[in-house]
Amino acid sequence: MALNLFKLSSPASFYPFAGRLIPWFVVLTVLLTVAGLYLGFVVAPTDYKQGEAYRIMFVHVPAAWMSMFIYVVMAVYAGLALVMNTRLSTMMATALAPTGAMFTFIALWTGAFWGKPMWGAWWVWDARLTSELILLFLYIGYMSLYAAIDDPRRAARASGLLVLVGVVNVPVIYFSVKWWNTLHQGASVSFGQAPEMAATMLMAMLIMSLAFWMYTIAIVLMRVRCEILERERQSEWVQEAIARERGNG
Amino acid sequence: MMTTGPLTAMFCLLRRELILAGRRVSDVLTTLFFFVIIVSLFPLGVSPESETLRTIAPGVVWVAALLASMLALARLFDEDYRDGSLEQMLLAPQPLALLVLGKVLAHWLLTGAPLVLISPLLGLQFGLSAADLKVLVIALLLGTPSLSLIGSIGAALTLGLRGGGVLVSLLILPLYVPVLIFGAGAVEAAASGLGADAHISLLAAILIIAFCCVPWVTAAALRISLD
Repeated sequence: MALNLFKLSSPASFYPFAGRLIPWFVVLTVLLTVAGLYLGFVVAPTDYKQGEAYRIMFVHVPAAWMSMFIYVVMAVYAGLALVMNTRLSTMMATALAPTGAMFTFIALWTGAFWGKPMWGAWWVWDARLTSELILLFLYIGYMSLYAAIDDPRRAARASGLLVLVGVVNVPVIYFSVKWWNTLHQGASVSFGQAPEMAATMLMAMLIMSLAFWMYTIAIVLMRVRCEILERERQSEWVQEAIARERGNG
Repeated sequence: MMTTGPLTAMFCLLRRELILAGRRVSDVLTTLFFFVIIVSLFPLGVSPESETLRTIAPGVVWVAALLASMLALARLFDEDYRDGSLEQMLLAPQPLALLVLGKVLAHWLLTGAPLVLISPLLGLQFGLSAADLKVLVIALLLGTPSLSLIGSIGAALTLGLRGGGVLVSLLILPLYVPVLIFGAGAVEAAASGLGADAHISLLAAILIIAFCCVPWVTAAALRISLD
């Protein structure tokens, strides 16, 4: 089967295509999550230094990775939207934002839970934590700008521009926070080097990140489908699709 | 008919903004007094002890400058948007980015520069030494134009929206973080004897990059908002 990408970039043909893909990604999410959690919580050995508490890493690290990847992916879509003026890419960028914000929040939250037993504090102003927090603010800014503008076309383009500005700033923010932090010598903990990890631990972490990827794809496809229906509600094919659904139900 | 050159147009716009502001000086003074009041609240809220004040002074002055410059952003494009002159600028034959630069420059002269001028006085109240005051002024001089430039993106994106003022803070404050860090860091580094050169250079670098790139981004944002 030859996939015609140009055809798929039209919402009318992407809508049913996404609908067919979603169940597969949901199944993959469930399988990978179960496998990853089993490996991480049952098979992986207890850490000699951190005890059992380190196991939160299997959620924390993949969530932190995802939070950053999703922002970059959003920026790519926003850039595509501004350059090629494709409707679908703006919808993808919008659909990704809540998931990205959620993973950022999870990363911060689980980080706090990890930090308490490890360093005796819920929060330290470490460079990574601080830049992750600022990333959360960037996501929130994006979503509030999108929500504040009534015209969806202007909303998508304006927030797309904001994401592009943000993605240029993310490295600057990261390095400035890092230098600020080293100057202050505040946090006594350094996460400079990754500790030597057992192979099962690494495996569990990779499987969990794959699971998060699959989850992101599934949920984003669902959200994009809603977004397509909402924005194209005047068009003929949406009317037909709705009529068909009603007929079935 | 000869068209006006781009730079001439930019300076015309700058002059117009300054004349307009001259007719209503209270607008300029409001931002300035906002800055002064915010800074004066900290000794009341934290502690009047001179040692504490000296440590928090750079951060307090910088955070207040951030807030004051953000508060003034609402006036950057709003009036021109309402009376239609912004649309004329979009239609003008001169590049929009240059006109934006003119407006931002005027905005900085009216809101940023007064802050820089009054900051030594506030620094004195917080017990900073003369050498630290000098660093504070230089850092603000290099940092506040960056704040005006970066802020103009947010002002352009939120043009004519409900609750635009609060929204601008959500969009722009995270982007201000590097300026805040290097700006306040410069004074702290000078006070602790490390030397502020590195911070000052970084602030200058941020300013140069913002100066070159931001007007184009703001111009694009204005075109989106007025589409």
